Amino acid sequence: MKNNILHTADSRFVADHGWLKSAQTFSFHDHYDPQRIQFGALRVLNDDIVHGGKGFGRHPHDNMEIISIPLEGTLEHQDSMGNVAVIEPGEIQAMSAGTGIYHTEFNKDPDQPVTFLQIWLYPDKLNVTPRYDQLDYSKGDMHNKFLQILSPDPKDEGVWIQQQAWFHIGKLDKDFDTNHSLKRAGNGLYVFVVKGNIIVNDQALGQRDGYGFWPDSDVKFAATSDAEVLLMEVPEKW
Amino acid sequence: MANVNILVLADHAEILETIIRLINKNEGWNGTGAASYDEAREALKINKFDLVLLGVGVDDEAESQILRLCESIAPKTVCMRHYGGGSGLLSSEIQHALAQR
Repeated sequence: MKNNILHTADSRFVADHGWLKSAQTFSFHDHYDPQRIQFGALRVLNDDIVHGGKGFGRHPHDNMEIISIPLEGTLEHQDSMGNVAVIEPGEIQAMSAGTGIYHTEFNKDPDQPVTFLQIWLYPDKLNVTPRYDQLDYSKGDMHNKFLQILSPDPKDEGVWIQQQAWFHIGKLDKDFDTNHSLKRAGNGLYVFVVKGNIIVNDQALGQRDGYGFWPDSDVKFAATSDAEVLLMEVPEKW
Repeated sequence: MANVNILVLADHAEILETIIRLINKNEGWNGTGAASYDEAREALKINKFDLVLLGVGVDDEAESQILRLCESIAPKTVCMRHYGGGSGLLSSEIQHALAQR
């Protein structure tokens, strides 16, 4: 259903496993809230902090598009396809789990925690060949602009996934305002404020707030402080 | 609380084993694995399930077959896709399906 949803930062479920603290926007693991299942194809938005020297041991995934965006610290990824990579702030990692993949995610720095966004989208096609992709977008122009970092098209900007979804990230100066157009009519937009405060159309949002809605025209953004914003455009159905 | 019997169909042995292990960690949830449509059909004929999870490797045709089979021999059984292949969504998917019954 095309409802607008506001998820304030403090309304998220917090799972504290000692080595991992996870603020979860949608139902995840043992946390179940029937009002918080998904926003269109967006199923998971976890704001995770992993302590130094700790991480997720070998575990499987299938049929899900899994995106990681580090905000602070570094995370090492190893998977059953032979990929070994370290991702850090300014990079995005995308994995199409498809027919099945095992991986580990580990914070190898013994002292510094890693903070990263773990985002899962339903795929638009089941049982695809697993695939891993990583991109450094740190040199892209995102100052008072929204930089595309993910799309469904391998030839387009950013990493690509198996879903009609587009992600953009922008760093907006205080008092700057701008408009953003969706890439595909009918899609929804989920706005997540990484840092700072903004107003989206008429909705005020603070740090780590999320707001999902279904725009029928350009979306207005106004920064009320210096802000960093992640836009996730997703389909309602696929 | 009454026991919840869950049949999981997936053609990836390790992932199927993981899902069954995760289900059985929950008190009152009993997981049974099937690696093929034929195994799932036999299990459905013999046992009563509350829920059938269709996991990795189950294509649209197999899904349709399972849905038809459930309608004919176990109409109260909920059939649904399981996504993710691990702990992330499993519990909330099952709780959501049971709440919708």
